[in-house]
Amino acid sequence: MPTLTAKKISTRPSRPAPELIFGDLWEFDPAPETADPKLKARYDLFINGQFVAPKSGKYFDSINPANEQKLAEIAQASAADVDVAYQAAKAAYDNVWGKMPGRERAKYLFRIARLLQDRAREFAVAETLDGGKPIKESRDFDVPMAAAHFFYHAGWADKLDYVAPGRRVAPLGVVGQVIPWNFPLLMLAWKLAPALAMGNTVVLKPAETTSITCLKLAEILQDAGLPPGVVNFVTGAGDVGAAVMNHPIPAKIAFTGSTEVGKIIMRSLAGTDKKMTLELGGKAANIVFDDAPLNQAVEGIVNGIFFNQGHVCCAGSRLLVHEPVAEQVLTKLKNRIKVLRVGDPLDKNTDIGAINSKEQLAKITSLVASGVKEGAVLFQPSGRLPTKGFYFRPTIFSGVSMSHRIAREEIFGPVLSILTFRTVDEAIEKANNTAYGLSAGVWTDKGSRILKMSTELKAGVVWANTYNKFDPTSPFGGYKESGFGREGGRQGLLDYCKLI
Amino acid sequence: MLARSPHAALRRLFDEVGAVDAVGIEERVAKYGTRSIKKAAKLWGLKLAASMVDLTTLEGKDTPGKVASLCQKALCPHDPELGVPQVAAVCVYPAMVKHARKALGSDTAVRIASVATAFPSGQAPLKTRLAEVKAAVGDGADEIDMVINRGAFLSGEFGVMQDEIRAVVAACGDATLKVILEVSELETYDNIRAASFLAMRVIREGDFIKTSTGKTSLNATLGNNQVMIEAIRDYYLDTGVSIAMKPAGGIRTAKQALTFLVAIKETLGDAWLNNARYRFGASALLNDLIRQIAKERSGAYQAPYYFSEATESY
Amino acid sequence: MTRLPITKTPKVYVGGAFIRSESARVFPLKDADGNFFANIPQCTRKDLRNAVEAAAKAGPGWAKRTAYNRGQIIYRLGEMIEARAGEMAEALLLGGASKAAAAREVAATVDRLIYYAGWTDKYEQVLGNVNPVAAPYFNFTVTEPMGIVGVLAPEASPLLALVSLFAPAITSGNTVVALASTSQPYPAILLGEMLATSDLPGGVVNLLTGFRQEMIPTFATHRHLRALVGVANADERKALAIGAADSMKRLQLLKAEEPTDWFAEAAQSLYAVRDTLEYKTTWHPIGA
Repeated sequence: MPTLTAKKISTRPSRPAPELIFGDLWEFDPAPETADPKLKARYDLFINGQFVAPKSGKYFDSINPANEQKLAEIAQASAADVDVAYQAAKAAYDNVWGKMPGRERAKYLFRIARLLQDRAREFAVAETLDGGKPIKESRDFDVPMAAAHFFYHAGWADKLDYVAPGRRVAPLGVVGQVIPWNFPLLMLAWKLAPALAMGNTVVLKPAETTSITCLKLAEILQDAGLPPGVVNFVTGAGDVGAAVMNHPIPAKIAFTGSTEVGKIIMRSLAGTDKKMTLELGGKAANIVFDDAPLNQAVEGIVNGIFFNQGHVCCAGSRLLVHEPVAEQVLTKLKNRIKVLRVGDPLDKNTDIGAINSKEQLAKITSLVASGVKEGAVLFQPSGRLPTKGFYFRPTIFSGVSMSHRIAREEIFGPVLSILTFRTVDEAIEKANNTAYGLSAGVWTDKGSRILKMSTELKAGVVWANTYNKFDPTSPFGGYKESGFGREGGRQGLLDYCKLI
Repeated sequence: MLARSPHAALRRLFDEVGAVDAVGIEERVAKYGTRSIKKAAKLWGLKLAASMVDLTTLEGKDTPGKVASLCQKALCPHDPELGVPQVAAVCVYPAMVKHARKALGSDTAVRIASVATAFPSGQAPLKTRLAEVKAAVGDGADEIDMVINRGAFLSGEFGVMQDEIRAVVAACGDATLKVILEVSELETYDNIRAASFLAMRVIREGDFIKTSTGKTSLNATLGNNQVMIEAIRDYYLDTGVSIAMKPAGGIRTAKQALTFLVAIKETLGDAWLNNARYRFGASALLNDLIRQIAKERSGAYQAPYYFSEATESY
Repeated sequence: MTRLPITKTPKVYVGGAFIRSESARVFPLKDADGNFFANIPQCTRKDLRNAVEAAAKAGPGWAKRTAYNRGQIIYRLGEMIEARAGEMAEALLLGGASKAAAAREVAATVDRLIYYAGWTDKYEQVLGNVNPVAAPYFNFTVTEPMGIVGVLAPEASPLLALVSLFAPAITSGNTVVALASTSQPYPAILLGEMLATSDLPGGVVNLLTGFRQEMIPTFATHRHLRALVGVANADERKALAIGAADSMKRLQLLKAEEPTDWFAEAAQSLYAVRDTLEYKTTWHPIGA
């Protein structure tokens, strides 16, 4: 890319290299969101339309990762509770939900969407407290997008004849679902909405660190008058997840989480007839060509890796930059992340909130240490972090090569690895040189190149001149070890039905 | 043939200065609106914004009396108790400059800006436009707000456009120049970025680029502002020359002004958070800023008719 | 002393406002017992002209809204009618419907709107597609709304038929000028009041009342109407077709001689949405 000016004046000896000052001339006062999240002190299991105590009588604490304080107690489910939940789901499927006309199922889903929209701010605050994500993201993304998923899929419930041309579709029956902690309510919506629209009933387990919005949604399901047993929530750690996966009743298992656990699930379901959707890890390449709209590309890079503290399976964690603009992009990126605000997730101005758990923080810290040790160049903006809670500065590594651990392993944190390339083929080769295949980004002003890249990239989602965009109408899911099956759109519905 | 086509000329210019993605710009600026400015930060921002106002009257019906009352408002926007700073400048037509000078006197920090160069269309012979600039400076204008030749830009005659700006720079002498791109007539963000660079290359450090005349359908928006301040930033990082910025037209509320200032804080940084580097071309804005400052001070929401020169009488 | 009730002046809903006919003409409407109920605006070709202008003004904005937003607004219209179902059922009683039939018609009308609310962000996923052309091009076909659609409602089922005819058109972003049932116009008057409280932008749906034979020639020849959907008898169909030929207006007319069962599943369809869509195909090279 040519320089930005006709006559370069960099030869003037007297001037120091120009720098922008992002100081504290105009420091913002704290702007905490004050809406009441209406949390209960203790959350029971949600089975057959009721909140019920776990058979064990045990509860575990859910803490706020922003300050390590306890938010609520969550029921510790056991295999026996999971069994009760599945029996309820089966009865609801056999007696009510499986027989209900699609038009009426649709109305329940529309109700859920509307009730969630009504209580959007309350849910956003609860999501932020429980998971550590910035309030502006839970407010402007997670909660409205969750409602949108219910609204979209509601409309499908009476239009299923259009889902599979040439065939008719029928629900699978009962499905078991296990979701991760990075988008607790949104992943819940992604899982529930298509399953219910198609006429299935559900047993779902949220992640143990983020169960609260799931159980708050149970309140909405009650308010909506959803028939008992159609949706059941069981809470707890990996053992509860295993019980959900391995129970004989479910006809299908849907899981979002790590590739490591996905492999365990696939092995454990071997020999059963259960269908599966697995949405797993990623190490996406975000590819910037020299003709790209660079200022917007920088926004996209930032959004791609720092959105939700980088706890995003499709995060653009590997930045591939065309060599002619590599230096320029790095400078712009540094200037951009200097104004990212890290801190209290409840503050409306926070861009990067708390890391979800102590364990995740330890993992990020150790991978970043490996990057430094392997010789990559680290940049982090200065600024104070809160003393309590789990925080990590936005981090960019330049001078990364494909053999570095930080270029190959999923970090799941606010850490970007920058690599360079010279030609289109080299970019494709580097982008595809991974066991993952969830997503990719391409930045160029040339339309035909976007389509060429989209054709060549082995990834389930390709974003062009944007990144991390989601919509209920748009199928999402991976190639290769990023899993299989799609969520969203017409294709996503096909994963929740049988063809007859 | 190809080399002579306006489109090819624009294409080469875009290749040189880089493209802008419109959707990306809109998404970026939407985030500024979500910044929540409270308490001391709000008061500081409101006062800063007031100090950046080019208090403007550009009407056919302007009279010496109207200009005099505008100047009084510029010097003392409200009861001094409230601590509202003086505005940066008054902005008037060339024929009103001498009246403004008379009203303000010579010993004042409030500057006199005059639109010139056959504002707002620019459709007069260059000689006439330059004479107008010289006349305004002669009558005491400290700053000249000129319009670019949009016809020349859109037909790919960049040399003509730049030569005219150079001629106005010369005619300005010591006066600061503000170059109005009239973004609504350039239409695309690509054009706005390209025109910003063409202008910046021929003006002086401390001169301004400015969005609009305020006389067309669409004026300053956060999107236009962002494209121009990113151009200023990119030009500064490349050359070390700091160009100033003035959005004009359509910024009426304190809330809007604070959002524009957030854009500056996060794009150009602290060095542009002053009235030598950033201005608002506005008339109604000042009163809303004063009103919000009064609200911050007293805690009570204010009615518009407590403030002089209010246009709202309901 | 008994209180004398205030009677409502029926007005038609055009461009988001409630207006009398430009002609200042009305016709009396009697209730099922033959007693005077109210005067109904007798709209003329000038009212149609004004309604088309209103629809044209609203069109670009409505079509540019996201499909999700259109879906929520149409759903909201369903909410507004359901919440005032009793009042609407009473309007249907005027035409001689039984209480049960009136309630059934209102319920079916709400369900129909919910059905089309669900299509706004899906019809493109079913009707559009990528075409595997035999060359290095990305070739895709998408739909676009036609523009302003004229709707001619039948005499019977004055609420359900009217809504069944205009809902698929607005689903995709068309705007509508509809002529209500001549003999049972009051449900359309009341529907206008519900449209006005539904978040649907003014001008997207414009409802006229009046005499069919006066209005049909203008519906046929108004060149800004891009399509006509509705129910017409053989003579009307011929007249409409002759008029439509002049501007290649699309016609989707059901036969009045073969009454439609508006309550049937078949009375709602994706293909009713398609009837007011154009297809657009784009070719784009694939290459580095």
